[in-house]
Amino acid sequence: MRTVACPSQVVDPWLAHTVRIVSITDEVEGVATYHLEFADADTADSYSFLPGQFNMLYLPGVGEAAISISSDPSAQGTLDHTVRIAGNVTGELARTDVGSTFGLRGPFGSSWPIDDCAGGDVVIVTGGIGLAPLRPAIYEFLNRKSEFGHITLLYGARNPFGMLYTSEYDDWQLRGLNVNTTVDRSSQAWQGNVGVVTQLLDRMPVPDPKKTSVLCCGPEVMMWYTARSALGRRIPKDRIWVSLERNMNCAIGLCGHCQFGPTFVCKDGPVIRYDRVASLLKVEGF
Amino acid sequence: MINQQLSGKEMFLPKSEIQSLIDLLRNDGFTVVGPTIDQEAIVYNEIASVDELPRGWTDRQEPGKYRLQKRGDDACFGFVVGPHSWKKYLFPPLTTVASAEKTEAGWQARTPEPDSTRFAFLGVRACELAAIGIQDRVFTEGTYVDPVYAARRRNAFIIAVNCTQAAPTCFCSSMNTGPRCTSGYDLALTELEDGFVIESGSKEGESLVAGLATQDLTSAQITKADSVRQQAVDQQTRHLDTEGIRDVLLTNLSHTRWEEIGDRCLGCTNCTMVCPTCFCSSVEEVADLSGETVERQRHWDSCFNLSFSYMSHGTTRDRISHRYRQWLTHKLASWHDQFDTSGCVGCGRCITWCPVGIDLTEEVAAIRGDGSASATGGAT
Amino acid sequence: MSTSAGKPKLGVFKFASCDGCQLSLLDAEDHLLDVLGLVDVTYFLEATSHIEDGPYDVALVEGSITTPHDQERIQDIRRQSSFLITIGACATAGGIQALRNWADCDDFIRTVYASPEYISSLATSTAIADHVQVDFELRGCPINQYQLIEVIQSLVAGRKPRTRTHSVCMDCKQRGNVCITVATGEPCLGPVTQSGCGAICPTYNRGCYGCYGPAKQIHAQSLTDHLIGEGAAPAHVVQLLRNFNSGAEPFRDESNRVEALT
Repeated sequence: MRTVACPSQVVDPWLAHTVRIVSITDEVEGVATYHLEFADADTADSYSFLPGQFNMLYLPGVGEAAISISSDPSAQGTLDHTVRIAGNVTGELARTDVGSTFGLRGPFGSSWPIDDCAGGDVVIVTGGIGLAPLRPAIYEFLNRKSEFGHITLLYGARNPFGMLYTSEYDDWQLRGLNVNTTVDRSSQAWQGNVGVVTQLLDRMPVPDPKKTSVLCCGPEVMMWYTARSALGRRIPKDRIWVSLERNMNCAIGLCGHCQFGPTFVCKDGPVIRYDRVASLLKVEGF
Repeated sequence: MINQQLSGKEMFLPKSEIQSLIDLLRNDGFTVVGPTIDQEAIVYNEIASVDELPRGWTDRQEPGKYRLQKRGDDACFGFVVGPHSWKKYLFPPLTTVASAEKTEAGWQARTPEPDSTRFAFLGVRACELAAIGIQDRVFTEGTYVDPVYAARRRNAFIIAVNCTQAAPTCFCSSMNTGPRCTSGYDLALTELEDGFVIESGSKEGESLVAGLATQDLTSAQITKADSVRQQAVDQQTRHLDTEGIRDVLLTNLSHTRWEEIGDRCLGCTNCTMVCPTCFCSSVEEVADLSGETVERQRHWDSCFNLSFSYMSHGTTRDRISHRYRQWLTHKLASWHDQFDTSGCVGCGRCITWCPVGIDLTEEVAAIRGDGSASATGGAT
Repeated sequence: MSTSAGKPKLGVFKFASCDGCQLSLLDAEDHLLDVLGLVDVTYFLEATSHIEDGPYDVALVEGSITTPHDQERIQDIRRQSSFLITIGACATAGGIQALRNWADCDDFIRTVYASPEYISSLATSTAIADHVQVDFELRGCPINQYQLIEVIQSLVAGRKPRTRTHSVCMDCKQRGNVCITVATGEPCLGPVTQSGCGAICPTYNRGCYGCYGPAKQIHAQSLTDHLIGEGAAPAHVVQLLRNFNSGAEPFRDESNRVEALT
């Protein structure tokens, strides 16, 4: 017979909390932000998350989807998830109205290394919906602005209409974030950069690369090119972080779906230091 | 609880006393599970009587082939391992992990009460003890504990049996998991002609033995037990070279062999289903037609399924070669990073029960490029 | 999926088939009324003589195309239907009657019918997808009623239907079945056949006949080479592949390859 250790587990990890949609913000075509609150006050009080972590949003009868948290971790208020309609769960969510309830498990996964970035410059590189998991990190950097050097956001989108959270950019700029955007395809009104986001990294000044941190979220190939560009700017490979995406079913490292070599993306990731996955990023079908 | 201070004394248990052992456990509220013959194989099912054990039968195994055969004696455990493993009890193929109900206050989720079944496993081999140890790490020793596994495991009583023979598919010696049972059991048996050598591995085991009509061992019995256990070592012909295996595999992700295996592999999932350590699963929604009561059912899944790595913008491992590579590199390489152990215990089930007889030891040897193992064994 | 009138309009259409798949819907007994409550059944001759004209939001099509008249009829149904689902092996792969594709159909007609000149038949039996675009295939001979219910429920809810695509082996192992090919040598198509039946045949000690058709990305030759290597007669393997899904490309091609060996 065996004593089974249950060190930190006080609740069943399969138990979903009931959340209610407080409001819905349409962001861009096919993308909306769901502002949620817990039905249970105790859960609301005890719940906290770190920038980069995700929740499993559970629509009973349809299934679960892993969605990054995109609100400010230190602010009171709603728990926000910016969701792109992609599958059955997100499709069902798009048909769900304000006031509806569903389930939520979380938070899960690793977080952006905010503390490790202190004392140096920070470059955030992302594209499209990839800004959603980085928004809590942006809030955190700006809340603690004095601890960091220059903070830069390099953000790419397919076209000017595909950019998230544009109404916040002025505020971010005022608070000290250097927002730098680019689009793949320009339109008449667009006065900004055209081209892939890594070009912005190639062109920007990196005065102290050894103390510069890069936080990147996007498709694997984009993260690979970002890392290559960062390494080209002599930023050390252990100062580059990426956020991985894999099929996630349980979110607690027990179902096996999200494995990426030694990494369980759900619990060792999604945020992971680049040098730990660099050799696997370009292996086809791995 | 295993590993308490024990007398460690081995005793002799007459063959007739196995029924007493089963009875004691059943009277104590255990569901006794043991080997029995069903569907032309030796499988694990609930048993109540010693007569249900595969007395006088053995198994003949080779890649992609398994046959029952009569023995010349009436040994109860004179075989190796079959298609079932104990994981079907600790990590059931289908189980409900949560449910949800639509109430006036909105959706309410619930999780089930822990399973209170107390299983007593009779006839757990050394490789299987190792497999249970590995699943313990996966399900109970990480950040999150699986409540289903933990409840069943906590209550399980394990009676190990030392192998006295090996199949050509066995390679536990390579994996350092057997054939001798050394820990992780409540009781361990070694079968002799007229009875068993019995040793306790826990206080619970010790107190159970106290209720059995044991005898002191004779020196002849001690010698005989040593020799039959040695037989299981000597009969092993298959070998897996584990030296630096993690790096060998993870630095050969583009080896041409993966594509060759991908053409032979059926992607049918049999190897992962019979593997005693494979733990992959999926949770699915099972709703009633009103859609207002939903069960979240977890079933065994497999990295060999195309849907396993599906994401809305594409499937990560969209070729069988990718999926075989995932399975083998996980089992033998990245498992070390994740759980500080190999995921393979050398039981040989994946070799026997592959419908086309793919042999992982042969595949590893080919990737090493040394040809040290062959389909017929090739002990070095 | 919904229409201006409320419930989606459902039509059930039959081509060359045994009606077994339509019966699966009627067999759903406990669930039948609930399922039918989700949709408006406007064409279902097997169940009711009340019929309404199209268009249809969902068309369930049973059976294969074996006559010139059916060739035209399926085009008409496709034109009238927003979402077309084939149900069963006949509709998705040509069915057992696709065995005629390896024979002389005129010869059959001359043998069976006293006045063959009245029979208008094509030389082949082919899947619906060979003639029109198919939006979803529901496999099986017959189909699994729970899968059908799932498909109808999903469409009504606006979801993508969830039907599993893994091999029969996974269901077999989860039931605790011992692999009959490995344990007895009896050939079984389970490793290359799609799930859906719950592994019925192997559960009753029979090899799988492949009723649910080929699973995704199969290597049928690897299995047939092994079966023949273990002593199965190539002619038997050909028969195994040429059953209810003989017209499914992976089974058809492999049966042709093995036949050429004999």
